Amino acid sequence: MLLVENLHATAGDAEILRGVDLEVRAGEVHAVMGPNGSGKSTLAHVLAGREPYCVTEGLVTFCGRDLLAMAPEERAAAGVFLAFQHPVEIPGVQNVYFLRTACNALRRSRGLDELDTKAFLALVEDKARLVEMDRSFLHRSVNEGFSGGEKKRNEVLQMAVLEPRLAVLDETDSGLDIDALRIVAGGVNALRSAERAIVIITHHQRVLDYIVPDRVHVMAQGRIVQTGGKDLAVALEREGYAGLGDDLDPAPDSVRPVSPRPVGAAR
Amino acid sequence: MTALAEHVARPLADLAGGGPVPAQSGPFWLARARHDAARWIEVHGFPTKKHEDWRYLPLDPVLAEAFEVGGSEPAPAAAAWAKETVERCSIGRLGSRLVFLNGRFVPHLSRITALPHGVVVSNLGPALTAEAAHARAATLRRAREPRHAFAALNIALAADGALVEVPAGVVLDEAIELVYLTDPAGRALLTSPRSLLYFGKESQATIVETHCGAAGARYCTNAVTHVLLDAGAAVEHYRLQDESDHAFHFSSLDVRQAAGSHFRSHLVALGAEIARHEVEVLLGGEGAALDLGALYLPQGTQHHDHPVLVEHAAPGCTSRQRYVGIVDDCAHGVFNGHVIVRPGAAGTDASQSNKNLLLSERAEVDTRPRLEIFTDDVACAHGAAVGRLDADALFYLRSRGVPEPRARGILVRGFAAQALECLTLAPLRARAEGLIAGRLGLENDAVPVPVLGGSPVPGARR
Repeated sequence: MLLVENLHATAGDAEILRGVDLEVRAGEVHAVMGPNGSGKSTLAHVLAGREPYCVTEGLVTFCGRDLLAMAPEERAAAGVFLAFQHPVEIPGVQNVYFLRTACNALRRSRGLDELDTKAFLALVEDKARLVEMDRSFLHRSVNEGFSGGEKKRNEVLQMAVLEPRLAVLDETDSGLDIDALRIVAGGVNALRSAERAIVIITHHQRVLDYIVPDRVHVMAQGRIVQTGGKDLAVALEREGYAGLGDDLDPAPDSVRPVSPRPVGAAR
Repeated sequence: MTALAEHVARPLADLAGGGPVPAQSGPFWLARARHDAARWIEVHGFPTKKHEDWRYLPLDPVLAEAFEVGGSEPAPAAAAWAKETVERCSIGRLGSRLVFLNGRFVPHLSRITALPHGVVVSNLGPALTAEAAHARAATLRRAREPRHAFAALNIALAADGALVEVPAGVVLDEAIELVYLTDPAGRALLTSPRSLLYFGKESQATIVETHCGAAGARYCTNAVTHVLLDAGAAVEHYRLQDESDHAFHFSSLDVRQAAGSHFRSHLVALGAEIARHEVEVLLGGEGAALDLGALYLPQGTQHHDHPVLVEHAAPGCTSRQRYVGIVDDCAHGVFNGHVIVRPGAAGTDASQSNKNLLLSERAEVDTRPRLEIFTDDVACAHGAAVGRLDADALFYLRSRGVPEPRARGILVRGFAAQALECLTLAPLRARAEGLIAGRLGLENDAVPVPVLGGSPVPGARR
């Protein structure tokens, strides 16, 4: 479903991704772990098409299509979903309106009829129960005044409503207490299916007790340096990332001057 | 001399010479007031960029236009358009409504419902010209010296307008609508509606003013509204400016508040090539409260100017100014807010805020909140902000599949929604939301979705 090959990306002058290779198949759950600054979140944003990042080299193929040539909304239409580490507050825009607009935009792009207000409300209230979200949150402005946990639940609610083929969860577990973690993980698990792939980016092994991954990858210095089964996460939790850098090549001496390609610019 | 000055110079010169003015005969004091106003323009001329309150306004196109003064019978097409427009923009089903077309009162489109004893809702025109001039209408006589040529021009040329009087103690439940329409059928018409709204002690009322013009028409509205609030009166005033995009709109809201009165006035401005919405308020009695707000959305080459003067002349008064601009393309939005706290106005609480959203590289915003304080013991604050659309929010929406133009529209509407919360009159707010959605290319579907089978949701925004 997702094939990342030798992906290099920069933010400003800094090369953050230095040759990421990753393959995720339908039905799989992958965890990407690694220390701060290893490029995990950048990878997530590059997959979603965030503008400040420039892809300088490499390929990302999603369901046979060149993902990097697509605008963010086209990626969403193709089935890519990013659960934000820091969900954005949008004052003045009602959550339920936001969800319905997104849902219908995706339905339209897939040639489906739009859902009317009544049908959509029935859908969203059903999904809201999945993340134990009080429906009053649907009528508030998007994420405005939400607690950290409420924002993360709202991300999982969006994912449940939009039903992506590939969900990338960027530190969705960060800052959650144990109850919120259980709820969020429950929501994610409910969405696991043979047609859907999930990539979980996390610092902590804890979330992987709830959402058990098929593969665990470790990122360091902008690439994936180790891959294993779920046991790898347990080992990392015990031993830390300290030893990871030892067997790496020295960091590239400079950012290679490849013609930059703005990530979300293609139409 | 400019074309406008030349054109109106003739009737003004007649006034100055004391000669008869067609359709403007009336009592001596009125003729005198017109004469004085005309003279004022002769002496002082029209404002230039050297005048502090006019420095950003491109007045040349207005002055270059040869306007026709005074209304005549509107063409049948205009009458049909007016009828349809009144029905479309009317927000109340029950309240009284005064309709003016091309500066003239239109009785058959107006509606005076059964009103409590003593309440007056009528055309100011006859009251002005009647020999036994209505006591309140005589404010023209007492009017301060005009502050600029447009104010003087209004006095010189005023014909029809609204006269609203709410006697002491009367509480009006239904909003009174004042609808000013212009469909000049190709003529460059200059209209001068002059309105007087008087609210007696402890009275309560809501006034909704709409200015609307035929699409594409070139004309000039030069409106003056005097508002007097006696002690303890509570009045809500809303103005929707949806003139033709080629029109010029000058309006002046002149408010005097007595002790303990409460005045709220909110403007939503969409139309006119050049618009100047002037507000001047005198807080003259202890404990008076003022709440001023505006949302303006100039685009294309529109210019929207907002000179505001709030004068705290009595102790313990409160004033709030919340101006919100959303400026696109090459448009220009100006907030020129001025608060003066006079000696003795202890306990003044005044605040000014001007927030702007710039939607294009070439859009321009000027914001000048100013405070002049001549007493101690005051709480005054002002703030101004100019920003662009939040790139993170834009990406968030796009990452959920919302195409970029629509995502931008949604964010702009979200910004506007915060200003529209001040429109507590639900049908008016719905109309403003509809107009704004139309302008942003969004269908008006952000209307509240009812919660299935539940009671109102605490904390719900709509």
